[in-house]
Amino acid sequence: MPLDTSSAEPLLKIENLKAWYAESQALHGVGFEVNKGELVTLIGRNGAGKSTTLRSIMGIVKNRKGSIRFHGEDLIGLRTFQIARKGIAWCPEERGIFADLSVKENLTLPPRLVQGGMTDEDLLTSFPNLRARASSGGTQLSGGEQQMLAIARILRNGCRFLLLDEPSEGLAPVVVKEIGNQIRRLKDQGYTILLVEQNLNFARAIADRHVVIEHGQVVDQLTNDELAADVARVKTYLGV
Amino acid sequence: MFDGITPQLLFGQLLIGVINGSFYAMLAMGLAIIFGLMHVVNFAHGAQYMLGAFVAWLLLNYLGVPYWGALVIAPVVVACFGLVMERLILKPIANLDHLYSLLVTYAATLVIEGLIRQQYGSTGLPYNSPLPGGVNLGFMFMPWYRLWVVVFSVVTCLATWLLIEHTKLGAYLRAANQSPEIVESFGINVPRMVTLTYAFGVGLAGLSGVLAAPIYQVSPSMGSTLMITIFAVVVIGGMGSILGAILTGYLLGIVEGLTKVFYPEGANLVIFFIMLLALIFRPSGLFSGGKN
Repeated sequence: MPLDTSSAEPLLKIENLKAWYAESQALHGVGFEVNKGELVTLIGRNGAGKSTTLRSIMGIVKNRKGSIRFHGEDLIGLRTFQIARKGIAWCPEERGIFADLSVKENLTLPPRLVQGGMTDEDLLTSFPNLRARASSGGTQLSGGEQQMLAIARILRNGCRFLLLDEPSEGLAPVVVKEIGNQIRRLKDQGYTILLVEQNLNFARAIADRHVVIEHGQVVDQLTNDELAADVARVKTYLGV
Repeated sequence: MFDGITPQLLFGQLLIGVINGSFYAMLAMGLAIIFGLMHVVNFAHGAQYMLGAFVAWLLLNYLGVPYWGALVIAPVVVACFGLVMERLILKPIANLDHLYSLLVTYAATLVIEGLIRQQYGSTGLPYNSPLPGGVNLGFMFMPWYRLWVVVFSVVTCLATWLLIEHTKLGAYLRAANQSPEIVESFGINVPRMVTLTYAFGVGLAGLSGVLAAPIYQVSPSMGSTLMITIFAVVVIGGMGSILGAILTGYLLGIVEGLTKVFYPEGANLVIFFIMLLALIFRPSGLFSGGKN
């Protein structure tokens, strides 16, 4: 059942977002909204601008214009650390596990920014594989464990809006399923999630809504039910 | 072959080696910290070391602040100078090739040394030892001040290493070395951390300068003559490796001292010969864990 989003003030509202890598323009006026408690996916082909959208929200891509309003406050002009302190956490596509730090050091690295972040014990209970590997080097974990660690890590600082960039990429189906379950549990706990995903089946299994991006622009938006009724429509965008 | 090598000569040179190694270790550690986080080849490190010694000398001669006061004040003054330098000349070129930071800091070295030389001349200025005298160990005479320098250097290096390897702050620094963007996305003010790290590394150079003032004369060129050796130490230890810089600093100081005993003609070359071997057989450095 799609959420009724018509009456609520969106948690995140992006309008006419443009972004550049040096001289190359990657986003050409992206616009969409995410409501509190929603799980929204950004889907599209490689190079469409999905990850750039997340990186622009987070301020990693600095050369950006337009409007990114979070809780009604514009994020354009803020530095990445200031955006994080507003309550937004980002899990990058490359996972960003620090090789020089142990699993425990990786997990406990983010400071507590907002009240209500998970305790270290909560994290190890939610991600039990990490408990046994706590003293291992961060990059000695399997790909799936690294992804779990990357997601677990950003739950520590108390941010309730999560940007997850392709968490299923390059992982075995059984691991993808487990990560999907974890993400669903986070949504059930009240987290708002914006997820970049190319795996349509994964996206369909967990999301409320989907935003399709092509050539740095939003070309379609549909609820999960609409997607289920017309999968071919999105597959056309994805070229599968 | 080793006729005429008395215990006094051997241990005397060994002591000089350890003292030189203490300065190599502290300076190389500061360079490694700066390079590790910022990827800045801080060619001004020698000038900042010299500034530490000069500030100590100025404090003593103009304000009557003794050595022990200067040991606290001068590194802070030099660190503040580093903070301004980072903001004014390093931050604007932070996204350019590392070569630019090398050139800019080299230019800063020339300016700093030139200004000091113009004001105070090239002649070394004396700075009396705050710990005169020493102890006769039987096989050699150990000046108290030199013993203090070695102990202080070891404690400083150890404390800095512990700070970086075993504290949360150190974990931020090591993580930011790998990916500053991700650390910043955790809500950590990485730009400020970079500035403070540079200031800390520069402060270490200033601290070394204060330590050096009573041993070597205070002169504008005291840093530049040392810097080539310090860069060799950092390269041999592994660029950005804190522990590598510390261990290599002491090791090369001792090797240099012993070479003065057994083959004096090679004493000035031995460090660069070792650097050559390291670059050929282990270009990533002896303590880098194989990482380039």
